[in-house]
Amino acid sequence: MKKISLKINLILTIAFLIGIYFFLSNVNILGDYWSRIVTLVAIYSIMAVSYTLVNGITGIFSLGQAGFIAIGAYTSALLTLSIQQKEMSFFIQPLIWPLNSIQIGFLPATIIGGLVAAFFAFLIGYPSLRLTGDYFAIATLAFAEIIRILIQNLYGVTNGTLGLKGINPYTNVWWAWSWLLVTVIVIGSLKYSSYGRALRAISEDPVAAKVMGIDVFRHQMMAFVISGFFAGVSGALYAHWITTLDPRPTSLGVMLTFYVLIMIVIGGLGSITGAILGAIFFAFVSQWLRIFESNITIFGFTIPGVPGMSMLILSVLFIIVMIFWRRGLMGKEELNWQKIYNFFKKVEVQNE
Amino acid sequence: MDIGLNALIQNIFNSLSLGGLYALIAVGYTMVYGILRLINFAHGDIFMMGTYFAFYAITAFFLPWYLGFLMAILITGLLGFSIEKIAYRPLRNAPRISSLITAIGMSFFLESFAVVVFGGIPKSFNVYPKFFSDIILIGQSRIPLLTFITIGVTFFLFLVLWWILYKTKIGLAMRAISVDIPATSLMGANVNNIISTTFVLGSAFAAVAGILWAMKYPQVQPYMGFTPGLKAFIAAVIGGIGSIQGAIVGGFLLGFLEIMIVGFFPSLAGYRDVFAYIVLVVILMFRPTGIFKIYSEQKV
Repeated sequence: MKKISLKINLILTIAFLIGIYFFLSNVNILGDYWSRIVTLVAIYSIMAVSYTLVNGITGIFSLGQAGFIAIGAYTSALLTLSIQQKEMSFFIQPLIWPLNSIQIGFLPATIIGGLVAAFFAFLIGYPSLRLTGDYFAIATLAFAEIIRILIQNLYGVTNGTLGLKGINPYTNVWWAWSWLLVTVIVIGSLKYSSYGRALRAISEDPVAAKVMGIDVFRHQMMAFVISGFFAGVSGALYAHWITTLDPRPTSLGVMLTFYVLIMIVIGGLGSITGAILGAIFFAFVSQWLRIFESNITIFGFTIPGVPGMSMLILSVLFIIVMIFWRRGLMGKEELNWQKIYNFFKKVEVQNE
Repeated sequence: MDIGLNALIQNIFNSLSLGGLYALIAVGYTMVYGILRLINFAHGDIFMMGTYFAFYAITAFFLPWYLGFLMAILITGLLGFSIEKIAYRPLRNAPRISSLITAIGMSFFLESFAVVVFGGIPKSFNVYPKFFSDIILIGQSRIPLLTFITIGVTFFLFLVLWWILYKTKIGLAMRAISVDIPATSLMGANVNNIISTTFVLGSAFAAVAGILWAMKYPQVQPYMGFTPGLKAFIAAVIGGIGSIQGAIVGGFLLGFLEIMIVGFFPSLAGYRDVFAYIVLVVILMFRPTGIFKIYSEQKV
């Protein structure tokens, strides 16, 4: 089959980006609800792409993503909340000193949220990365739970179970999609750099990689910290999208890790475009399945809505994907113009 | 007797009953891990389903409590059997991480299922006979009868488990496949049946633990299985995952640790769940094989 030249590739990519730009700048035509969903798609995509860097590309299986997202969310929210709002929220125990008298902009708060999450990723990765396989998964899960319980109990910093309210809704389509672009560029170029090749070697066979002279620990740590950074950024965006935060297990706890896991498994573990497709799928399907949770009337019969139905259907889908279709939508491959071209060529040949 | 001693006696009994419950759940984890090298993530949710089965057997089908509990244990065993057959068996030869992901999916499924079918709102588990909450005085410490029942049932079940493992043919087969699956199947044992039996046994134990747990903290809700499940897994790791004695010892150690730390430092009560996780991390750092079993390093 014909190979697409670099020039055409570049033109198509730029055209695609311009297309996305026009779509995003006109998204408010679809209404407030849909522009919020489009924003959420980008936030989910950042979570999924940063998660797939660890779980797919590096091939170590972490269950701690929600912890980093929560750290990013809380850090940035505490930095952007107005001083009056903080005084109002923290009525059980006042907020500790430096945080109670500062308010900074959204961009620096997001970056600081990411950096704090990356720092925690380093702290957690340092002991955990010596473990392998399912032990690593359980250790990171335990660390994520420790983070959640700390958030729940440190009333002077996080307002504990009361949570944070009245966070400024800064996150809009542009913030979310620009950060997604940054995430994809960083993690994409990492995947195809020499570091990325080393990471893939490690995911295939850590012992063989070590024999080839790859410093397994350092590479895994780097991937883990970068993933933590973008998880923190996605948490910051999420906090300013949803505007209230609380440390229940079903909101910023292990449930969130499950959701992101569903996205990357459906998209294909190890694929960046797959992770984004998985995130789009998850965002739309979980919204669409909401119809099962409200009453439906067909020909005068009312079928009562069942709360939780959407997650039940998604979990069944998830298990089916794992049993019958383990490579997901993309496997470890990326979607590129060559693939799309080949696909249409194949369809054409079949039609003739 | 002074108050300190009373509190100590009370704490000891509490630790024994909590530890026993952790041990009962941990046994299910460790048996499955010992054979399939799979962390059965859904085990905590099987525990949760057991309590719901007991709740509905008694409230919806009007069974007397002992029959209701028995039915719940049997149905939970059946549930464990089906989960293995539907979700884990097709992946037995897949990479281990795939089975782990499927197990996480299964856990997620059971939780969503419970939310949809049983409702997300916590229900009060007041279906057990009232005399269970009678208070028994030891010296001057007041201990509910339920604590003694929990400890008694736990030890009885460990005896049953010991009998099954060391005195019956299926127990011999279970011990054999935990060492080497292909060799055992060459000896003419039916591997699928043995693995199914393991799941049934582990799930039934989880159901017993679930019923005792629901009586102790009289409430059932769809996410109740997560934390006890994770802690029981930690108990299994402390004892050396794959080893049944290890799971029992680990369960009691964890129970004592939690109750005693909160007993001596009440201000740390909010952080109660953190201790188990810290212990897990420390154990994994310094002695990942736990107290009992020693798995060899991976060879190339």
